[in-house]
Amino acid sequence: MKIRSLALAVSMATIGLTSAVTSTAAFAQAKEQFFPVLVYRTGAYAANGNPWANGYVDYLKLVNAQGGINGVKLSFEECEFGYATDRGVECYERLKGKGATVFQPLSTGVTFALTDKAPVDKIPLITAGYGRSESQDGSVFMWNFPLLGTYWVAADVAIQHIGKQAGGLDKLKGKKIALVYHDSPFGKEPIPMLQERAKMHGFELMLLPVAHPGVEQKATWLQIRQNRPDNVLLWGWGVMNSTALKEAQATGYPREKMLGVWWAGAEPDVKDVAAGAKGYNALALQHSAEPKSKVVADVLAQVHGKGQGTGPKEEVGQVLYMRGLISAMLAVEGVRKAQERYGKGKVMTGEQVRWGLENMNLDQKTLDAMGFAGVMRPVQTSCLDHMGASWVRIQTWDGSKWVPGNDWYQADEKLLRGMVLNASRKYAEEKKITPRTPEQCKQ
Amino acid sequence: MIYRENGQFKTSYGADQQIFPIAQDRWAVLAIIAFAFIGVPLLADEYMFRAILIPFLILSLAALGVNLLVGYCGQITLGAGAFMAIGAYAAYNFLIRIDGMPLLGALILGGLTSAAMGILFGIPSLRVRGLYLAVATLAAQFFWDWAFLRIKWFTNDSSSGSVSVSNLDFFGWTIDAPAEKYLFCLGMLVVFGLLAKNMTRASIGRQWMAIRDMDVAAEVIGIRPMWAKLSAFAVSSFFVGVAGAMWGFVHLGSWEPAAFSVDRSFQLLFMVIIGGLGSIVGSFFGAAFIVILPIFLNQMLPALGGLFGVSISTAAVSHAELIIFGVLIVFFLIVEPHGLARLWATSKEKLRLWPFPH
Amino acid sequence: MAFFLETLIGGLMAGMLYALVALGFVLIFKASGVFNFAQGAMVLFAALAMARFSEWFNAALGGDSLLLANILAFIASGGVMFVVAWVIERLALRNLVNQEGATLLMATLGITYVLEGVGQTIFGSEIYAIDVGMPKEPVMMFENLFEGGILINKEDFIAALIAAALVAGLSLFFQKTSTGRALRAVADDHQAALSIGIPLNRIWVIVWCVAGIVALVAGIIWGSKLGVQFSLATVALRALPVVILGGLTSVPGAIIGGLIIGVGEKLSEVYLGPYVGGGIEIWFAYMLALVFLLFRPQGLFGEKIIDRV
Repeated sequence: MKIRSLALAVSMATIGLTSAVTSTAAFAQAKEQFFPVLVYRTGAYAANGNPWANGYVDYLKLVNAQGGINGVKLSFEECEFGYATDRGVECYERLKGKGATVFQPLSTGVTFALTDKAPVDKIPLITAGYGRSESQDGSVFMWNFPLLGTYWVAADVAIQHIGKQAGGLDKLKGKKIALVYHDSPFGKEPIPMLQERAKMHGFELMLLPVAHPGVEQKATWLQIRQNRPDNVLLWGWGVMNSTALKEAQATGYPREKMLGVWWAGAEPDVKDVAAGAKGYNALALQHSAEPKSKVVADVLAQVHGKGQGTGPKEEVGQVLYMRGLISAMLAVEGVRKAQERYGKGKVMTGEQVRWGLENMNLDQKTLDAMGFAGVMRPVQTSCLDHMGASWVRIQTWDGSKWVPGNDWYQADEKLLRGMVLNASRKYAEEKKITPRTPEQCKQ
Repeated sequence: MIYRENGQFKTSYGADQQIFPIAQDRWAVLAIIAFAFIGVPLLADEYMFRAILIPFLILSLAALGVNLLVGYCGQITLGAGAFMAIGAYAAYNFLIRIDGMPLLGALILGGLTSAAMGILFGIPSLRVRGLYLAVATLAAQFFWDWAFLRIKWFTNDSSSGSVSVSNLDFFGWTIDAPAEKYLFCLGMLVVFGLLAKNMTRASIGRQWMAIRDMDVAAEVIGIRPMWAKLSAFAVSSFFVGVAGAMWGFVHLGSWEPAAFSVDRSFQLLFMVIIGGLGSIVGSFFGAAFIVILPIFLNQMLPALGGLFGVSISTAAVSHAELIIFGVLIVFFLIVEPHGLARLWATSKEKLRLWPFPH
Repeated sequence: MAFFLETLIGGLMAGMLYALVALGFVLIFKASGVFNFAQGAMVLFAALAMARFSEWFNAALGGDSLLLANILAFIASGGVMFVVAWVIERLALRNLVNQEGATLLMATLGITYVLEGVGQTIFGSEIYAIDVGMPKEPVMMFENLFEGGILINKEDFIAALIAAALVAGLSLFFQKTSTGRALRAVADDHQAALSIGIPLNRIWVIVWCVAGIVALVAGIIWGSKLGVQFSLATVALRALPVVILGGLTSVPGAIIGGLIIGVGEKLSEVYLGPYVGGGIEIWFAYMLALVFLLFRPQGLFGEKIIDRV
């Protein structure tokens, strides 16, 4: 028995090693653009990771159904990493070997770990709506693309919105704003911007960290009850958001006074609180839930209609589904742009995709034509600005669905620019990177 | 037939007490080490290095440290992840705050800091024992998780709490390519492995084992429990701390406290128990098992499904991975509670007697 | 003063919930000497079963009687937990008799992975709601006594009552029924119990079943509070300091320990947290337990350890 199980173990280990070796040796076929998909469909954050991944994959399928990018078909492979940084790095290494040309990790921790690796491997990193805020500066962070917005944009707009509701930013003086945040790089990212704004407008900032995964918040909300802040900013991910809303309900804190980041404003966050979360606001990274948009109709007809949908049909058009879909669209458009320069109908390399992402110019007409009318506003990137747009809306939960507001906000360009440059210069110094000059940018 | 010790006569105490008294063992181990140093760098590709070999080597080192404490001294710890974190963050601070600090110096100082903390958090072991102690060591885990998140000084005031290290320089040798990182880790592991093996054969290791087998009896025959237990905590934390620093510096490059969470502690304890308590080679077996198995399952299951023409969804694969991993752990604990090292020893014994059954 | 009382009450109620999870640990440790790390996964598993069964039954019944669906779901989930207990005993524990504590602990960690995997495979990995009609809105009390009154969360209050009732019921079960006596006999001395004809294996199944039911109740309460999702499994980590503080073998210890930990961590977070940056409650609970352990190494109510050479 013992010897047999030993033999079993040995043979299993050998198979494991050989399969690991051979699987990386099998490169992607020539005529397909390979998209790696890092997902978490299990573990503490699965409820939020699932719709994002489904939207991402569905869009790639949609592009294929419509004939690919100028005839180049897309192939993709999912890799499950459970929101754990080391497994994420393993996935990166595995999929890199299969010819990946653009990565989207959907985890701030993995983004930090990959930021150093991307320039070496020459693979661009898209972090739409998350990641390092200073990576907006493309002259230092050549390979990072925090498209559509960073946490500093989110923090800035959040304060603008609160100010607007109070009747002007000057009315914020003497007010108290609490930040309830996920105790991780993700949650800490907005703090510098909020502190900057607090200094400018004279409001008091209360910092209330919540430990991973965020199911224990009683003490946090007792403190909120004690200090009665005028507004609460919720910077959570996964179960932390719904728990926060439930605790707010249990301590009687008005949900109308709560404003979540765009990762705290999706269906899984509020679904099981339902009516208890009515009136809760969250930032929308341009899009909200968009079940009526044309692109959703396309997905339903051309992907789900043929029985190739990735997730449940009801999910199509939900907030995080749309986020995944848009993330995929941005990557695809980067490739398309690269093809314009390096040859239509060819498979692009990581370096070429990087150029495409850096010179992306999606105007309203293009977006509308792709079916994103009413969903998105134009995105235009450049060497200095890897973000491309900082448009944000506010959406409100009405007890059964998210309703996008009509006002569009934009981050304060001057304030943001200054902070980004400060931080990116510091990073460049630490890592001994020479920022690219405008001339180098043109190449 | 080949594995026979006939004719190998020991003529001195030195020969009798060496690490591998059988000549075949000596040669085999030397051959493995030589292969690891020369053959593997020629054969393995980047994925192999970065995703499997480097994590395996570093976690082996950590498991070795945990085994010294749990396997040799009998003090169960669930806080090993915290000591990895201490090693990593201390080494980071030594590296950036002191000009001209060499890489090796930072690693060693990180290990020493971790050792000091190990002594501090080992003090409860003088009064508390067994499972109570295991849970008490979780206090260290959660405290340090919190400290590295909250105290900005540790992370050099990085606004996100994430720190990173680049340009590793080992006495003029820039450790950059995956193969170089691998060789560096391998070198460290060989040195520390030898150190650990010799410690367990020396008086200090024997004191630990006496404490493990029965601490009251050990005290009666003149072993100071305080010295023995705290030295075990210190040495173990040193190993684990160095491994943590390497995990941060060499493997991840940039990390946050979540890289050393309580899951890491469990993982290390798993390695030690699956591999074999109180066995140096067991630590390597355990680390290999725990590092490779999930990755292997994750890649094999879809391939297996493809073989039968079914495509398994990612979610199903990851759930199946959890289930199979759990079942295998329980299975191994039932089949051989003393770990893979015992299986190894039994098979060696069988090989020696072969072709006779007894 | 009012706020202090509020924190105190909040802590006591949280403590009752911890005690409920801790109870599961204690029951199994007492009877089989296994430190059951899978208790958290069992809570998750039970809660997932309850949430999904309730949803399915509700749909099958046409959605007009949530109460009936809940009752049916409770029975079905209880059945599922029985099967789980039986399988664990049969396949894992029976083969691990007389192993060391650490080995058993690791085996239960393995069981944790299996339960998490199986639970998510069968019941899904989204977030689900358990609606057993718990009131969600807070009530204000003693408004004439203190300025602003004391806010009490009805849901917590009811949960604490249920927990207390369950503990009382279990104590009765242990003291008064013959099965309970057999359980205590097994806890005392396996071999002596075996020699007077108590079937060890059946007792273990029963204990794991009872622990499963406790997990189910805990799962329903926590799940109704937090929503049913993967992170429920982490409540086990919150309950650990409770167990060692109260003593691994003592049912009252779990309750008292739970209350001490609950109150300690809430007070520390609210009054101490702001000075050191917050988020201290989890390690504070462990430190608190550790300090107690330094004075009483076997926990407050644990059996005294006597060493003999």
